[in-house]
Amino acid sequence: MLTFLTQRLLQILPTLVLVSMLIFGLQQLLPGDPALIMAGEERDPKVLEEIREQYRLNEPIPVQYFYWMKGVLTGNLGESMRLKSSVASLVAEKLPVTLQLAAMALLIAIGIGIPAGIVSAVKKDTAWDYGANLFALWGLSTPNFWLGILMIFLFSVTLGWLPASGYVRLGENWQASLATTIMPAFVLGNALAAVLMRHTRSAMLQAMSADYVRTARAKGLYEGRVVLKHALRNAMTPVITLLALDFGTLLSGAVLTEQIFTIPGFGKLIVDSVFNRDYAVVQGVVLVTATVYISLNLLADIAYVLVNPRLRG
Amino acid sequence: MTAAALDPITVTSDAREENPWARAWRRLKRRKGAMVGLVIVVLFVLLATFASLIAPYDPTATSWSAVRKPPTWAHWLGTDEVGRDVLSRVIFGARASLSAGLVSVGIAVGVGVPVGLLAGYAGGWIDSVISRMVDAMLAIPFLILAITLAAFLGPSLSNAMIAIGVTATPVFVRLTRGQTLAAKVEDYVEAARAVGNPRWRIALRHILPNIVSPLLVQASLAIAGAIIAEAALSFLGLGQQPPAPSWGSMLNSAQRFIAQAPWMAFWPGFAIFLAVLSFNLLGDGLRDALDPRHR
Repeated sequence: MLTFLTQRLLQILPTLVLVSMLIFGLQQLLPGDPALIMAGEERDPKVLEEIREQYRLNEPIPVQYFYWMKGVLTGNLGESMRLKSSVASLVAEKLPVTLQLAAMALLIAIGIGIPAGIVSAVKKDTAWDYGANLFALWGLSTPNFWLGILMIFLFSVTLGWLPASGYVRLGENWQASLATTIMPAFVLGNALAAVLMRHTRSAMLQAMSADYVRTARAKGLYEGRVVLKHALRNAMTPVITLLALDFGTLLSGAVLTEQIFTIPGFGKLIVDSVFNRDYAVVQGVVLVTATVYISLNLLADIAYVLVNPRLRG
Repeated sequence: MTAAALDPITVTSDAREENPWARAWRRLKRRKGAMVGLVIVVLFVLLATFASLIAPYDPTATSWSAVRKPPTWAHWLGTDEVGRDVLSRVIFGARASLSAGLVSVGIAVGVGVPVGLLAGYAGGWIDSVISRMVDAMLAIPFLILAITLAAFLGPSLSNAMIAIGVTATPVFVRLTRGQTLAAKVEDYVEAARAVGNPRWRIALRHILPNIVSPLLVQASLAIAGAIIAEAALSFLGLGQQPPAPSWGSMLNSAQRFIAQAPWMAFWPGFAIFLAVLSFNLLGDGLRDALDPRHR
């Protein structure tokens, strides 16, 4: 296990370095002089030269990258030009909001996707199976920003049950917090529920045709026990691993969901920064997202080895 | 030796191999979902191609006497906040969405397949470098990378297509590499090598045609993803710029008038849903028809 862990850690290091190079390289795509963009309305050559000195823009690109990375490794992701605060503190402020949203979305996706997948596999080629497959197709084909707008129209404008936008922290008032996040969490979890349904169905169908399930049935066990205790437990291994990877995808989906429901999270931060040309924030947020995604990949691999004794070596 | 031993073996018509593409088409035709998907895709292509003939109004023509009108006989799907006909804008919007889907996947296939072929066939350090770069790109969630690239390139439909294409490329590199690794140890590749074919010829003439099926399936599913991504970028203001019609930008303006004019939001979203659904149905059907493991 230790050897496996060391190997995986050594594998992700070059990936992380390349990700940082890619994110830093994006800045080079910007047309024109970065100092002019940073200066905004200011066109005084003295001020521009000061900016160039401060951000080492006169240095060669590898040297600029070295200083940027040096800052990143010490927790300094740069400073937001627009909000006049450090990118690290902005990330620390916004990330919990998105994590709450993503965790709720994950719970909704598990609550819908896994039971639907089980029913679909157990009742293969029946109306239940077709219904579950149609639900999966609906989930995979519905743009979440459209679903969000339709839900606002139904639950906020027409029925008046839920607020259309805004966010209340969980610690402040948990009921208001749930009311503001339940719609966006459903919107975010909808596509994931469809993916989970398909994975669960496929894994369950494989498990249901395995010898140990046949043995369990031959022993005279109730069908419910065969399905839930024998087939499901084995089918869940790949599904749980995929869940860890899909959590990263939720961070991506949060970009649009937070925009529609005006939730001040990670996704809204990146969109606002993009439109205000606050590139230090964009770089910082993308770097943090990629690092979270790579870490989740690693955790998924470790979980897979832990639950699968044949891979322990 | 007897005469019977020297008799030539006659190949009967039953033993003749069916063309693999004809077989795939026969299998595809049997799948109702895939055929429904294909029909809707064809309808969208026709809508996009003949938009100027089909659309009842100019999609950019405003009318202050018809602001936010609900569906009527004059405007079947209603009008928007400046009196433009929603139906005409949905029809013309198909152009932006379909061209974004096709062009961005074209970029991803055009770059990803040769690079994946090179990585899988050459192996060694070339494979290591390409694989690490692919890992790095895949580590950044799809939409976040697409938004970042589109923002750095500048907001326009063509830049959105480039951003989506670049973002979708690593999936094609990884898929082609994997398929090439599996194909290059097959007997037919060994045979092609044994008769002295150069490496580029083996890769292009022997390996590539044999790995087309999974690439085709991935391409049709990637078009669905690219249509959603273009709509998302246009929704955020990073894709098609107003007043040119695009389903995503129509949803963006509709969001502000959801209480007064819900039809403005319903139809462009439904068009995205239908287009994505049709490519997903077609992709699923193609996978079943072309991949023996899914039969």
